[in-house]
Amino acid sequence: MPENIVLTEATYYILLSLYDPQHGYGIMQEVESLSRGRVHLAAGTLYGALNSMVEKGWITQLPVEDGSRKKDYQITALGLKILKEEIERLRELVTNGDAIVKGNNND
Amino acid sequence: MTERMTKYRWFWVWDFEKEERWLNEMAANGWTLAEVGYCRYTFERTESNEYTVRLEMHPYDEDYINFMEQTGAEYIGRVLQWIYFRKESRLGRFDIFSDLDSRISHLSKIHKMILTLGFANLLIGVANLLIGDANSFTAVMNLLVATLLMYGVGRLQGKIEYLENERELRE
Repeated sequence: MPENIVLTEATYYILLSLYDPQHGYGIMQEVESLSRGRVHLAAGTLYGALNSMVEKGWITQLPVEDGSRKKDYQITALGLKILKEEIERLRELVTNGDAIVKGNNND
Repeated sequence: MTERMTKYRWFWVWDFEKEERWLNEMAANGWTLAEVGYCRYTFERTESNEYTVRLEMHPYDEDYINFMEQTGAEYIGRVLQWIYFRKESRLGRFDIFSDLDSRISHLSKIHKMILTLGFANLLIGVANLLIGDANSFTAVMNLLVATLLMYGVGRLQGKIEYLENERELRE
């Protein structure tokens, strides 16, 4: 039985923003724009998260172009699988939440 | 030539947040940190709040500094394992950590470092005491330093526990 992984908001949004290759600052901007300014990802937190996700094989670092200091990252097949499972889990949370807390959205 | 001013200040390692607050108060008054050394802070005249200053315990790592620079932060310098950054306020908010997990792991690194130093001083102090009275002054100094560091360990422990309690409920 595989462990039931619950991603943090930062991890979730980083994986999502790496659907296409992206560098560090690009990820921060992408996450901010996806969440309409709600999620602010700080650089140190992002750096740590990127390194541990590379170690786990959820994302991969693309070859660095000559003369560029920017490292691009992209989600791997494993990362995508984890992201999809997380989307399912979030769907369950929202469905259950809506079903029980009925009508409270309309007040 | 930009106007400069140097101040000498001492901060305990476990009070790094206080140090950061002070640096940002200086920045709010139009004095932004430009260089750091042991207890030495050199500021340059800027607009008030033109910059936000942050510091972090992080082993020297060019890759990390590159990364921070690409996000718009400027590397000011380092003292031992502490690195200092600043970022222009117009480029947006500047924090190094944005969630409880990364804050806790930063505090834990500092905690571990002080704990190791504290134990080393304790061991050396005890060893010096056992060797004989020629070293008793050194021994007492070591034991005093160890006590102080253990106080710091306790302070950090408190901060870590507070954040860990918070994390039981939120990120």
